Amino acid sequence: MLRRASGLLARPILAARARPFSTDLPAAQTADATFVEAWKKVIPNMDPPKTPLSFMQPRPPTPSSIPSKLTVNFVLPYASELATKEVDMVIVPATTGQMGVLPGHVATIAELKPGVLSVHEGNEVTKYFISSGFAFIHANSFADVIAVEAVPLDRIDASLVQKGLAEFTQKLSSATTDLEKAEAQIGIDVHSALNSTLTG
Amino acid sequence: MAMAALRREGRRFAPLISPRPITAFRSSPLAPTREDEGPIGVRYISTQVVRNRMKSVKNIQKITKAMKMVAASKLRAIQTKAENSRGLWQPFTALLGDTPSVDVKKNVIVTVSSDKGLCGGINSTSVKISKALHKLNSGPENETKYVILGEKAKAQLVRDSKKYIELIITELQKNPLSYTQVSVLADDILKNVEFDALRIVFNKFHSVVSFLPTVSTVLSPEIVEREAEAGGKLGDLDSYEIEGGETKGEILQNLTEFQFSCVMFNAVLENACSEQGARMSAMDSSSRNAGDMLDRLTLTYNRTRQASITTELIEIISGASALEG
Repeated sequence: MLRRASGLLARPILAARARPFSTDLPAAQTADATFVEAWKKVIPNMDPPKTPLSFMQPRPPTPSSIPSKLTVNFVLPYASELATKEVDMVIVPATTGQMGVLPGHVATIAELKPGVLSVHEGNEVTKYFISSGFAFIHANSFADVIAVEAVPLDRIDASLVQKGLAEFTQKLSSATTDLEKAEAQIGIDVHSALNSTLTG
Repeated sequence: MAMAALRREGRRFAPLISPRPITAFRSSPLAPTREDEGPIGVRYISTQVVRNRMKSVKNIQKITKAMKMVAASKLRAIQTKAENSRGLWQPFTALLGDTPSVDVKKNVIVTVSSDKGLCGGINSTSVKISKALHKLNSGPENETKYVILGEKAKAQLVRDSKKYIELIITELQKNPLSYTQVSVLADDILKNVEFDALRIVFNKFHSVVSFLPTVSTVLSPEIVEREAEAGGKLGDLDSYEIEGGETKGEILQNLTEFQFSCVMFNAVLENACSEQGARMSAMDSSSRNAGDMLDRLTLTYNRTRQASITTELIEIISGASALEG
């Protein structure tokens, strides 16, 4: 009986501890309240449309201590390569140079140039060659990398890269208009970046 | 092609859908006769009419069934594409927030619709939402314009909001949708239309039978900066360090343009996916309806035939018994 009593005593404490978990999460971020209100005032007979926020997983707030892992989203137009994956570090090819991102990195918006994105997870390193895009690093140790095109490094044919580089160099020398020059320059940039990653 | 065939069939049997019931009809020489009830003296309605109508209903059913199959196979291909592209806009929303209630001078509503009809209510839904947004955002100081994607929204909006239409783009889905194509289109819109906020109206694919009308908002770089300074939803943006580019404005410009192309890509895919889903369910219900109609017609046909046989039998028997008696 006394054993039971101790169990009963312990229960409210457990319940009290369990409760914060359910209220811990921020209330589901649904539609913009002012928008819904304005909509209801002007168009009372129709439901307000959804907004993108209501389809998104809410992001956690910035924790007080730096978490041990970095959460990475790496998206392409045709796939989500990494979705909320926890890794140790990513290195992104920003226009200002390679940028290593660890958990607790300062919030940054970086434009990306053609180059290698490497994802470090323990001893494993996955390398992608990305064409261009953006990287957002949030204060809550979330990193979002958006690229237009990305391929794993081992799927690139070195001989074709050399050929392409030669082709675009020739195009640049024969280019007459500004548009042609710019196009050829982009081609050279991409191919020389590819070349240097494959050889170096 | 299928639609034209449907229309033709519809025209063919339209005169037949008359309130006149098709039952055994005993015409007396005195009663006024109609053309397709046979000449005076024929004692039953010709079954020819019903047979013709049965044939056309059967043909319609074949067409709608085929369209359903086509929509189903197209849906499968595009659904994976749409689902894969869903990750694309999320980083932008996480960074720049979701601001449908932003109050700016130049609003542009991008209405995404389909080029082809027979797909339920998706086009009228996006047109309705666009019109409501127009109403919501127009005032003495604000002006709102439309950019229309797709033939169907164009047909509906040209009627009463012609003066607000800025740009119309059609035949988007001639080739399979790709990011390159959509970014060219986004570039087109960015170059030709002045805006402070773009509001993209599309139907988000939820399941084959349901789609959710959705509004995504893309702000121009100046407005992003203004909102970030004013605090509120975009207030966090100032705490971000900016790498690359000469000025903050330049980066923001690139960022919003990229955001627009990404949001558009997802919107176009989701809308195409909803279109195929809606078409599939519309065609499914119309082939079911054609089946029901065919059942009813078959019953009428058999009843008419049986009635005429019975009438003939009665005549023979009563004639014979009159001779005997």
